[in-house]
Amino acid sequence: MSQINRIAASSKRINRTRTLNFTFNGKEYQGFEGDTVASALLANGVDVIGRSFKYSRPRGIITSDSQEPNAIFQIGSSQSSTIPNPRATQTDLYNGLTASSTNGWPNVDFDLMSTVGKLGGSMMPPGFYYKTFMFPQSLWMSYEHLIRKGAGLGASPTLSDPDSYDKMHQHCDVMIVGGGPAGLAAALSAAKTGARVIISDEQNEFGGSLLCSKQEINGDLPSLWVEKVMTQLTKMDNVLLLPRSTVFGYYDHNLLGINERRTDHLGENQQQCSRQRVHKVRAKQVILATGAHERPLVYGNNDVPGCMLATAISTYINRYDVVPGNELVLMTTNDNAYKAAIDWHQAGRKVVTIVDTRSASNGELVKRAKSLGIDIIFGHAVIEVSGKKRVKGVDIAPINAVNHSVIGAVKHLSCDTVASSGGWSPVVHLSSHTGSRPIWKEEVAGFVPGETVQKQHSCGGLEGIYALSKVLSDGFTTGALAAQAAGKGEGVFEGSLPLTNDPQEDESMALFHVPHSKKTSRAPKQFVDYQNDVTAAGIELANREGFESIEHVKRYTALGFGTDQGKLGNINGMAITAKSLGKTIAETGTTIFRPMYTPTTFGALAGADVKQLFDPARFSAMHKWHLENGAEFEDVGQWKRPWYFPRPVETMQESLERECLAVRNDVGILDASTLGKIDIQGKDAREFLNRVYTNPWSKLAVGKCRYGVMCKEDGMVFDDGVTACINDNRFLMTTTTGGAAGVLQWLELWHQTEWPELEVYFSTVTDHWSTMTVTGPKARKVLEKVCDIDVSNDNFKYMDWIEAKVAGVKARIFRISFTGELSFEINVQANYGLHTWKAVMAAGEEFNITPYGTETMHILRAEKGFIIVGQDTDGSVTPQDLDMNWVVGKNKEFSFLGKRSWGRDDNQRDDRKQMVGLKPKDPTFVLPEGAQIVFDKDQPIPMTMVGHVTSSYYSASMGYSFALAVVKGGINRKGQSVFLPLSNGTTVEAEICSPIFYDPKGARQNV
Amino acid sequence: MLHIYCPYCEEMREEEEFNPAGQAHIERPLQPEELSDEQWARYLFFRKNPRGLHHEMWVHAHGCRKYFNITRNTVTYQIMETYKMGLQPNITASKEG
Amino acid sequence: MSNLIQVESPLHHAQLDQLIGQSQSGGIIFHEAALFGHLNLRGNADDDAFLTGVQEVLDVALPTTACSSAKSESAQIMWLAPDEWLIVVASGSEYDVEEKLRATLKGHFAVSDISGAQTLIELSGMNVIDLMKKSTGYDLHLDSFPIGKVVGTTFAKAGAHILRLSEDKFQLVIRRSFSDYVWLWIQQSSKEYGLSIV
Repeated sequence: MSQINRIAASSKRINRTRTLNFTFNGKEYQGFEGDTVASALLANGVDVIGRSFKYSRPRGIITSDSQEPNAIFQIGSSQSSTIPNPRATQTDLYNGLTASSTNGWPNVDFDLMSTVGKLGGSMMPPGFYYKTFMFPQSLWMSYEHLIRKGAGLGASPTLSDPDSYDKMHQHCDVMIVGGGPAGLAAALSAAKTGARVIISDEQNEFGGSLLCSKQEINGDLPSLWVEKVMTQLTKMDNVLLLPRSTVFGYYDHNLLGINERRTDHLGENQQQCSRQRVHKVRAKQVILATGAHERPLVYGNNDVPGCMLATAISTYINRYDVVPGNELVLMTTNDNAYKAAIDWHQAGRKVVTIVDTRSASNGELVKRAKSLGIDIIFGHAVIEVSGKKRVKGVDIAPINAVNHSVIGAVKHLSCDTVASSGGWSPVVHLSSHTGSRPIWKEEVAGFVPGETVQKQHSCGGLEGIYALSKVLSDGFTTGALAAQAAGKGEGVFEGSLPLTNDPQEDESMALFHVPHSKKTSRAPKQFVDYQNDVTAAGIELANREGFESIEHVKRYTALGFGTDQGKLGNINGMAITAKSLGKTIAETGTTIFRPMYTPTTFGALAGADVKQLFDPARFSAMHKWHLENGAEFEDVGQWKRPWYFPRPVETMQESLERECLAVRNDVGILDASTLGKIDIQGKDAREFLNRVYTNPWSKLAVGKCRYGVMCKEDGMVFDDGVTACINDNRFLMTTTTGGAAGVLQWLELWHQTEWPELEVYFSTVTDHWSTMTVTGPKARKVLEKVCDIDVSNDNFKYMDWIEAKVAGVKARIFRISFTGELSFEINVQANYGLHTWKAVMAAGEEFNITPYGTETMHILRAEKGFIIVGQDTDGSVTPQDLDMNWVVGKNKEFSFLGKRSWGRDDNQRDDRKQMVGLKPKDPTFVLPEGAQIVFDKDQPIPMTMVGHVTSSYYSASMGYSFALAVVKGGINRKGQSVFLPLSNGTTVEAEICSPIFYDPKGARQNV
Repeated sequence: MLHIYCPYCEEMREEEEFNPAGQAHIERPLQPEELSDEQWARYLFFRKNPRGLHHEMWVHAHGCRKYFNITRNTVTYQIMETYKMGLQPNITASKEG
Repeated sequence: MSNLIQVESPLHHAQLDQLIGQSQSGGIIFHEAALFGHLNLRGNADDDAFLTGVQEVLDVALPTTACSSAKSESAQIMWLAPDEWLIVVASGSEYDVEEKLRATLKGHFAVSDISGAQTLIELSGMNVIDLMKKSTGYDLHLDSFPIGKVVGTTFAKAGAHILRLSEDKFQLVIRRSFSDYVWLWIQQSSKEYGLSIV
């Protein structure tokens, strides 16, 4: 098929020497470099590009920009590169592009859904979804799939994205959004002050409306002025130009999110750089120069392919050399739209007539149209279009300008294209992202940005300023003012303004909804929101049903709910609501626009933070050894900790049993480097510990270690660990792995905010030390081989720490035990961690030294009844609940953190959940962790749940399974039976017992 | 994303460097044991939730690790002032009228 | 058992030594300044005796202006907070310096050896600003980030102290446990510019 609508070359934006092949719905077409998918399809005379959401009506391209509600495609050739829902009007054509309709399953030309009248019959009034599918819910579940498929919301890629994405942080004095005449003028003006300027535009090149305008600047085509300005801006190193970059969000404190499409226009899978880049711009001042969108008029069957916006007509003709039809009828409320008819005429095609809703106009453009011999009918409107897959003609009728009613005979005209213009709506979307409500400005018949707390300026079309000379001067002025507000320049633009001749225009008419000779509910469908098939009749029905707030109307009718956020239809919808409620538009107000301005790919938002960069993985100095020795890893916070070290053909359970028995019978070694370590120095360090730990620290001697528990002020346990006294003014605190950062911040909080008079400093030394726990009856034998001092029980007692050399490396050794066995925790500077680990492994070889991981560590400590904060506690457990009164100081002078709260009634209840041990009746059955506990197994559902299992394992050393649990009043229920109803329907019995299963007297660690 | 002035680093920084730390100017009672349960509960659990000016603590977690105070408008998210720990705000709801 | 003591910097496993010189033309030049002595110093900047004492030991005045740094022949000092500094000295001399500080300083202060806790990464090259812009939200313009300034901020999803050594050279202080993540991040983020290891 040839490009039947492509006219003789005149636009510089189209490169005829580069033909690009593409397919749409399986058919092959050709376009040129510089085309969008939309301009190329129009060039090829493709009318129907999709089907509508609800009624399945054939739809064509309406606009040439981000407003497009119909030409929303599935683009991409494979399951990994396919993108749902980009607008054809904003998608640059590349060779090999593959596009298909998202609307219109299974086929745009023969639509099953329209044949069967869609689901629920052909009448789908507003609120249909709520009315039909809210109850019963089960029906919605069965319909949803079909509706979504039929409705055409696009398909997600099913394979992972091969492209890369990234982000960049940018800072500037002045950020300018929009590269049209106002934005370019502002950029030039701001940049001349030396301010750091960023200007972005969503299109492939800067210039905005000037790229398709014929109004001269300085006696030349406006695109020439654009070129000159761009040359200047490009040379300035204080200016960053971002074409193909959509500002998708404007956030607090002048932060803007911009998505730059770096390779989308080149084709799929461009590997040279990231496909898209999100710029996070922190701007001192923001200038919104987003311009205005033309408003279509709402009339009968205004969705038949061939119905377009007047500016879109001009854009396709002047920018893309495409005339999207042969015979045009233009309906307008204003002079400006006459340009479309003039352009059409000058392109050599027939303008049937201009239907002007006003009674008269003597503007210059009107006169020019007349002088070209174009027929103009005043006081009329197009009330209805005929045709199905393409406009065949229109009915026009005289209307009363005051009450908007048809007041005379209807006349039929043949044509294939209807352009309409109801004036302009400033693009206020970004200005409302930060919560500012747009305000209605009667004189421009549109909403403009309202008050804002952002350091924000707006200029040009966004302010309802449309005459080119005024737009440019507003841009220059605003640029200088914004730069001044950012501390650059004097706030005055020094250059000379470009010369332009604005055509004198007569007043426009505020018309949103074109009357029909039948009442709205009986008239042919008059679409307001094309993407969601919202009609004028639907909005009026919603109003009659009592939905008066514009936010309610939006939610009931789905007006503005599409991926276009109602750019095309919202103002008309609000005007229709206002009229039907007898209010003004200012009273009705507008809904608030929110990010994203246009849909943004998830890839762009994720940036490079994917796969292994999604979350930092933290490693100890011995990680490489763990890898080489086959460890399986467990995530503990961001740390990768060895979970267990399987040997060939071992199951996990077999590995755990082997590791446990090695510790109990010989010796094991654990990488404990991840424990948090805080160096506490200062003469009040001891007092500080007294205040944050529940137990006393006044008497801990130099060279000794002590276990401590920390509570929040509500009395609940939040961390624990061993703290060693290095000297009277210095302690080394250890915290849980996951709690390290939180505990340090907790200590700083109390020191900085409540007790700054205490002389104490905290510094994290977590990463400085590599820590290895050597534990088991033969631990001393191993240590003796690598340590330079006497580590006998006489010289180095339980809960002592010493300084020594291990494998030639300066070390601190702590004789503390989390397994219940004789244990030495060796700490060396982390750069020597692997060296020391290897030396200890070599020394331990003859004693069957066995590396073990976190799972074995969990089993061994549970056998001893040692808690793990966060597993056995959950922020609602006091030390008393844990039966750990021994860790609570009774005679401490200071009312330490958490103490007062234990006296609260709720914490005194004797039916609080308390920590106990559980022995399943079946000694081989391992209770599931999290299993709920009941006292009465015969109670009907809902049963009274009295606790749950927090830790549960099979103990190889004891030969039976066991668990830790919290049970209401459990401490006094030892010996009693409880029951655990499981998810598989069975109930198992267990006996409450002491949580200390292994070596209750603690003899083994003390040898 | 807020842009926050750290009074210790003496410049504006991105929000991701900070952690919020709740309402500012809550003083720990000097003699907790002498308070009734209700008085203690007020200190422990009750927090303001104003529409408008609020004084809150933040910590410059990825910077200087210092806690400081912010006067922030909870509606507009404007930060009216930041001030060091131990100081009182210059801008308060009553002063603002 | 060998008597040789193996010492390994946080990025030892990346085998950077084998990558040196493999690519000469990278827009990003990466260097791990491994195995320096790192000391964390705390003290009162309003206490003249403290300031004098530190200067005596380090031969350079402690930088007390926010986000500033100082350098002597033997030490580089970075301001971390109004009462906290990082002192970088030659490998092995951290013990001596710590001892001297303890011997010289009186009153309330703290010194912690954190030589194993972190490493220094130097980034330079033609595209170093691009890479930094991808990695930190801090404004890198010379007006905001002059040479010699040190900034505690984020680097991708890790924390870092960044010192500007020259217009196009930065030194990062990275925690040991995050160093592999940062190394991966830099490799990914410099793909389009090329990466040379020195």
